Formats: sequence, C-alpha cells, structure tokens
Amino acid sequence: MQKLLCGIAGVALAVLGGGAAKAQDSVKIGMVSEYSGQFADTGAQIDHGVELYIKQHGATVAGKKIEIIRKDTGGIAPDLAKRLSQEVIVRDHADILGGFSLTPNALASADVSAQAKKFMVVMNAATSVITEKSPYIARTSSTTPQLNYTLGQWAAKNGIKTIYTMVSNYGPGIDAEIWFQKGFKDGGGTIVGSVRFPVASPDFSSFIQAAKDKNPDAIYIWIPGGAQPAAVGKALAERGIDPKKTKILGQDALASETALKSMGDIAIGMITVSDYDFNHQSPMNKAFVQAYNDQYHRNPDFFSIGGYDGAHLIYAALKKDGGKVDGDSLINAAKGLSWESPRGPVMIDPQTRDIVQTVYIRRVEKVGNQLLNVEIDAVPHVKDPAHGAKK
Amino acid sequence: MPPVFGVLFDGIAYGMLLFLMSVGLSVTLGMMNFVNLAHCSFAMLGGYVTVTLMNALGWPFFATLPVAFIAGAVASIVLERLFFRRFYNSNELNQCLLTIGIVFVSIAAAAYIYGTDQQPMQLPPYLQGSIHFRGLDLAVYRLFLIAAAALITIVLVVTLEWTRFGAQVRAAVNNQRMARGLGIDVDTLFGFTFALGGGLAGLGGALAIAMLGLDPSFALTYLIYVLIVVSVGGLGSIAGSFAAAMLLGVADMAGEYYIPALSSVLIYLVMLVMIMWRPSGLFGRR
Amino acid sequence: MTSDSIAAAARETAPAGARDFLRGQIRWRWSEIVFWLATLLPFVLAPDYLVLASQVAISALFALSLDLILGFSGIVSLGHAAYFGVGAYTAGLISVWGWGEPLTGLVVAGIAAGLVGYVTSFVIARFRHLALIMITLGFGLLLQEAANSAGWLTGGFNGLQGIHTWPLLGKFEFDLYGYTAYAYALAGLFLIFLVARRIIHSPFGLALRGIRENGARMPAIGAPTHSHIRTIYTIAAIIAGIAGAMLTQSTETVSLEALGFQRSADVLVMLILGGTGKLYGGIIGAVVYMVARDQFAGLNPQYWYFWIGLLLIAVVMFLPNGILGGLELLAESAKAQWAKSKWAKTP
Repeated sequence: MQKLLCGIAGVALAVLGGGAAKAQDSVKIGMVSEYSGQFADTGAQIDHGVELYIKQHGATVAGKKIEIIRKDTGGIAPDLAKRLSQEVIVRDHADILGGFSLTPNALASADVSAQAKKFMVVMNAATSVITEKSPYIARTSSTTPQLNYTLGQWAAKNGIKTIYTMVSNYGPGIDAEIWFQKGFKDGGGTIVGSVRFPVASPDFSSFIQAAKDKNPDAIYIWIPGGAQPAAVGKALAERGIDPKKTKILGQDALASETALKSMGDIAIGMITVSDYDFNHQSPMNKAFVQAYNDQYHRNPDFFSIGGYDGAHLIYAALKKDGGKVDGDSLINAAKGLSWESPRGPVMIDPQTRDIVQTVYIRRVEKVGNQLLNVEIDAVPHVKDPAHGAKK
Repeated sequence: MPPVFGVLFDGIAYGMLLFLMSVGLSVTLGMMNFVNLAHCSFAMLGGYVTVTLMNALGWPFFATLPVAFIAGAVASIVLERLFFRRFYNSNELNQCLLTIGIVFVSIAAAAYIYGTDQQPMQLPPYLQGSIHFRGLDLAVYRLFLIAAAALITIVLVVTLEWTRFGAQVRAAVNNQRMARGLGIDVDTLFGFTFALGGGLAGLGGALAIAMLGLDPSFALTYLIYVLIVVSVGGLGSIAGSFAAAMLLGVADMAGEYYIPALSSVLIYLVMLVMIMWRPSGLFGRR
Repeated sequence: MTSDSIAAAARETAPAGARDFLRGQIRWRWSEIVFWLATLLPFVLAPDYLVLASQVAISALFALSLDLILGFSGIVSLGHAAYFGVGAYTAGLISVWGWGEPLTGLVVAGIAAGLVGYVTSFVIARFRHLALIMITLGFGLLLQEAANSAGWLTGGFNGLQGIHTWPLLGKFEFDLYGYTAYAYALAGLFLIFLVARRIIHSPFGLALRGIRENGARMPAIGAPTHSHIRTIYTIAAIIAGIAGAMLTQSTETVSLEALGFQRSADVLVMLILGGTGKLYGGIIGAVVYMVARDQFAGLNPQYWYFWIGLLLIAVVMFLPNGILGGLELLAESAKAQWAKSKWAKTP
C-alpha cells in the first residue's frame, strides 16, 4: 500500500482542521434544509422567505447581528440532518436551528435541539408530532391534520355526501388520509373507497379509473407536489372527470402555481386547502408578493411563507427577551406570540408551540388569462387537532 | 368494452413512454457495451430544450422535437470525444464513476440555469383530452406516444439491421480489430452511434416531460426505470427493449388497477422474475 | 497487483511456497501502521469534526464490506444498503423494545443482516454481470418498499421513533461532540478491518480472487465457487449490518433511506473512487468523498453536486484504478525513477 496511505490521512485531516471563532454580538441561525436534490425547490423557497425578511427588517435585532449558516441535507437523510444540526452548533456555534422541510429530518434534529437546549424553528415539515419531540421547538408552517381535518369538515358541511380518497403511500399521505377522513366522517360524510398509490407513481390513470368506477360526489387527492399534479390533471382529463361536476379536493400542492400552469383549464373547479397563497387578498400580502417578485422573479408559495414567518418569529422572540439566545429564553418568548403575517393573523400556541392560523378553502378559477386559487371560505383560528388527541 | 381494454391501452402507452426514455440507452449500453448512467441527463437536456423553445420562444411542440434530438446528439458527441471514447475498453466500474460524475454536474448545471422548480409544460390542444371509442377513453397523447414509439422502433431496426451503417456498427461491436482490418473507421462509427443514442435520449426526454414533469432531479429519478427496461429486454436488442417496456408498462398499470396494495413493488417483482428466468434478457444475445 | 499475486500464487505449487506467499502478504507495512495511528488525530486536531469523522468511519466500514464482494470476488451490487438497513433497523428495534446496550445490539444486528445475506446469497451465487446488478438493485428496492409498508414495525416514512442508546460500556454517553461516536466507530472499523484482512490473505481469500478473475475456470480446478461466494456474501452482509447498526446507535435515528438506492449507489461510488480490491480503497474513498462533500456543501449548499461531479470525473480520468491505485502507480514510478538515477550515478 506504499507510504502514501499516511500522506492521504494527513491531507484529509488538514482539510478537517480549523474551527470558527464565536463573535459575541451576533446571533447565528443554522438553516438545516434541503438545498439540493429532489426537494431543492422547497429548500430554495424557504430560504428566500428567510432572506427576504432579513433584507426588509435589517440584519440587526436587539443589538445583535443575524447570521445565516446554510447546511444541505440533500433530501430525506435523518442521520445527516442530525449530524449537520450537531455540527452547526458545535462547529459553527449556531444559537438557533431553522429550516426543516422534511419530517424525518426534523424529527432527528429535534433530539439535538432537546439535548443542546437550542431554539428550533420548523419552517415546513408538517407532521404533528415534531413539536412534541423537543421543548424548544416552534413551528411556523402548518400541520397536515390542521389543514386536512378542516377540509374534511368543510366538505361534509357543504353538501358533499360521498368521497373517494387517494393518497401517496407514505407518512405524510397517510397522515392526510387519516385526518381528512376523520374530519369528513365527524361531519357526517361517507367514505366510499380509498387507495394509497406509490410515492413515485408517474401515471395515475388506473387509480383515477378505479375512483371513477365508485361514482362518488367528490374525490380527495393528496400528493406531495413536484411532477405529480400535472400527471393527476392529465389523468382526470383523460378519464373525462370534470372538477366542476365531480368535485376534486386536495391540499395546496395539488394546485400550486406550477401545477396549475401544467394542468391548464382542467384544473378549474378544484378545491384545495391551504394556509397561504400568493393570491390572498390583503394589502400586506400584495406588498410581500411584490417584494418577493422584485427579489426572486417568481411568486412566493406556502414554503416561502413558512420561512418568512419563521424569520419573524426569531426576530420577535429575540426582541421580546432582549437578545438572549439560550433555548429557554427564546422558547418562552415565542410562546403566545401573535402577529399579522401576509397570510393573515397567526399565533404560536403557548401550550403546543405549534402555529394557530386561518385555514383557507380555495377554488381554482380563471381570472383574466390566469388560473388562480380564489378563496371561497376561511376558517379562522385553527389549532392542530392532533396534539393531545388520543393516539 | 370492459375496463380491461382501457387498462391494457394505458399500460401499453406507459410502456411506450418507458421505451422512448430507454431506447437510446439500449443503443449505447446494449450495442456498444458502454455503461452510460448519464443517459437520463441527455433526456433531461432534451426536455429543457423543448420547454425553453415552447415557453420562451413560443415554438410549436412538434417543431421542438428535432431540436431536442439534435441537442442530445451534439451533447453526447462532445462528451464522447472528450471523455467516453477513452473508456470503451476500460472496466465498467470506471464507466459508472465517470458517468455518475457527469450526472452530478448536469443536475447542478440545470439547477443553476433553470432553477429548482418544475418546468410548466402545456401540450398543444390537439394532443390533449381523449377519444371515446366504444366506451373507452383513449387519451390522444397516449395514442401519439404509441405511434411515436412504433415509428422509432421501425426506423431503428431498419437502420441497424438493413443498412450499411448498421452492418458496420454490428461488425465493430462484435470484433473491433477485425472491423478495423476491413477498413471500417471504428472511431467515427462509434461517435455516430453514441450521437444516435444521445439524440434518442433527448427526443425521449422531450416526449416524456408532458407525462413525467421536469426538474433537475430528472437525471436521476428515472434512471432505475430505464435500466430495468434495458436489462429485462436484453443487451443489444432494440426489439427486446420494446417488448420489455410493453410488458412492464402493462404489468404496472394492471397492478395499479387490480391490486393497488402491490402496485409500488410490482414493477420490481416483474423485473426480478424476468431476470431470474432469463438472465441475459428477453432477446439478449449476450 | 492482485492479478500478479494470483499468478505468483499459482506458480507456487508446493504447499510451503503458498504458505510463504500468504505470510508475505499478511505482514504489516509501516505505512499501514502510520495510517491507523493517523486515524486518531481527529481527536486532537479537529475535535469539532468528530461527528463527521464517526460517520466517515461508518461509511468506510460499509465500503469495506462492499469491497469484500466487489473488489475481491467480482460481485457488483447496487443493493448493498439492504443489509446496512437490516442491521440499522434491527439495532433500532431492539433499542425501542427496551434494550439499548450498544455492543450486544451490534451482535444481534450483525446476525440479522447475516441471515438475510445468507438467504439471498443462494440467488446471488447463480448470476453474474448485468443480471446480478439488477437482481441486487431489485432486491434492495423491494426491501425498502416492504419497510415503507410495514409502518407498524418500522415507523414508515417518518423513521423509527424512540431509539435510545445506552452509554457505551456503561460509562460513555453518546455526546453532542461525537467523542464517543468516533471512538466507537473507529474501534469497530479497525477490528473488523483486521478480520477482513485476515480473510483476504487466507487460502479462502485467494480462491475468491480466482473467482473474480475467472469464475468459469475455478470449478475446473475443484474450487466450490458457489459455496465460496455464499460465504463471502454472508460475511459482507454481516459487516454491512454492523455498520448500519453503528449509524443507528450513534445517531439514534433510522429511516427508510438506510435501505435506499441512494445509499447503495453512494457506497459504490466511494469504493470505486478509492480503488477496489485493496481493502484500504473503501476507507480512502469514504474519507475523500464525505470530506469533499462536507466542504463543498458548506461552501455552496445548492450547487455542490457540480464540484463533486468534477471530482469524480477528474479521478476517473487521471487515476483509473481509483485514488489508491493512482497513488500506488505514482509511488512505484517514483521508486523506479529513484532507483534508476542511483544506478546511473554509480558507474
């Protein structure tokens, strides 16, 4: 093996050497998020949200300078997410953890937050249980039960009697199925059938056919986004299902901006539930969308707002506790904070540290030349129904 | 007609989509024995070319297809001259590492140029919707995919089996030294073959994005499916890939309709059974 | 080098000669000793990087396990994470069920992975080339889907929750800085490396290399090819399982990606990058790949893929037998140059 083996070891160690010195008057936010890979767009939008907030409100808060350190998990990789969280605290001396668009990664990093007593802001991952894993976690996005239970109840109240549900066969999809069905049944509706399709499914026509065979009032579809909304739209069109007659229900990703562009007019009439859309009508949101477009040349989405409000929560908590950065001070400051966000009024629940917010029911309509999500109903002050619910 | 025909139709169309994505690899891996894991990067290039021409320049869908083919061909011939040709006689592990490196670079480059979001893509109206035929909904785009796949198969088989070019390629693959001895310019020939494979990948990508969507992870996401089609079909056989794609497509769609609980594993199960039954593929020569 | 050694081995027909050959192979070189001493340096030089170092050591162990089947027996696998994942989940499950002691956890995880490896080895031994690659790939994907469906057992997509690893030897907590994790992973890597080294330099190891070089001819000289392949495949599965268990125990997490295609592909890349069939190749590859990734991703979290891709292309263009192979070549030519110049100076 020659003498060079030791040389290599030496070089590797030299690369490893060198830490960072801690500046006293700065607050470092370690963003552990998906900057590359399949979920890179989610990571990018969250990051835009955080960055824009800092740009608009100045990089100094409570006399301290805010610094962002970005760590890329590259996708679903809890071991890596946990390591990056450890490293960003140990190596880069981060005071606050942020980011987290995927539940497995957030759950793994929650351990670090608990162990190191660091404030952690979950800016997207939507499984209820995350905030229960560490007493220092707060969430600024939404939870799957919060949105889907609300949609289920809304559907039952609005004249829909029978529903067929179809969801991606993995954690978040199953979570959505359970809570939507629960909401719908609690409201008196009947589930006439359900299917869980493979996460990577590129073609939905057979599943849609099976749903059509049952002839329900509405079909509920939950997919993670990406390329799939377009595939769903295509399958609906081919199977001759018109969302204006057989109602199509779903969560935000089904009718995201790119999804609508790819689906075209077949999407008209789809009803989805969300906590944010760039088409939300309020002066504050208009200004936010404008600023976002000026900076990033695209519209913000529900990922962006999670990052934007996440940054707000960090700023507000720091202001309230006078710039103290330890986990206990920050989480105590965060509990019960409420503010006006571009999405509407939001609050951090003092008991669960989860977000309480208005949940919007929207319908896809053609406004001018553009397909938009138009709000048709809003349920104010929705808490996550899963916290404290019997498991 | 009973729903089984609808499922069969969808399955065949899905299979043809798989075929269009993988036929280029069937040429490079199957005929030239070059493990080109960057195959889907060429497909991704074709996809981005089509999307850019349609959305930014307003070209009609059909006009973009030849450009996607040419883009894939040019890119692959450039890479072939720069890198691949040095590895024809190297072991397959080095080919893997080289082409995986290219995949990584292509993903980062796509993310840098186009951003990480899904590229919206709207088919022209005459390719949308479906035709009603005796109680079946036959989607127009699926009919189009089937026709395209059939056409490409015929052209390829004719080119590779019945033309001078095809005979030379087969000779060069079977025995390089002998082919050189007969005065065949093997270097140029392999360059052209590689361009053909890359061009087909670009075209396949352009045709597939309407169904599969397009973002930078495209280069890796569909690689497994493509490998499955080529290996089940058998190396060196265009017809084998065609048959394998059809089989896998029908099995997948039938599984989704009749046994949804198994649908996520069905394609892998079918692959395992097929490969154990015929290790060198359906129509494999080696 | 290895094909030479086989030729050399073949030339030695007398049993005593073969013994001497093997004995010569197994002697420790001083470069190896320095290498292993150098692995202790992170404790002193880079205490902030110990968590990374622990995961590098675990990946190195995983790559070593792949090297045993790929580098020494010619079995290309695109599904090796299956055994890593079985080990990882086994260690996680026994912890969730109330037994968090790490060392016994490793043993149980190794046995579980070994059992799965033994059962699958009957299929593996029958196939070669592309068919073998696709079978390993398919098996890995099937297992991952099965783990996804068995959410009641594995926790599904969210990963297994509630893993708690007890202090190592009853004393050392797995700390935030990774001191315990690195010591644990390094000790495991070293001990298993010793075992692997012994196996490779045994008559059985020589027979494996014969299978790699010419699988058809080995049965002709009376070597039981299939049973040899089954044995080494099972050993490799056990080691992969132990690596997986170490990752679970030191991070207290395990999720579906432990079984995933990505992990299988990553370990293959690391091994080829370092150099196959050299025992140290996987270790060097893991160090270079993971440190490079960490540094590139730190500098450029969105586009680090670009730089790591360039690294792979550069290595394969300029060092066709991996980093280690290239370095060996350089060292040999330097040695030859040196010898020649000395010879030239003394007329």
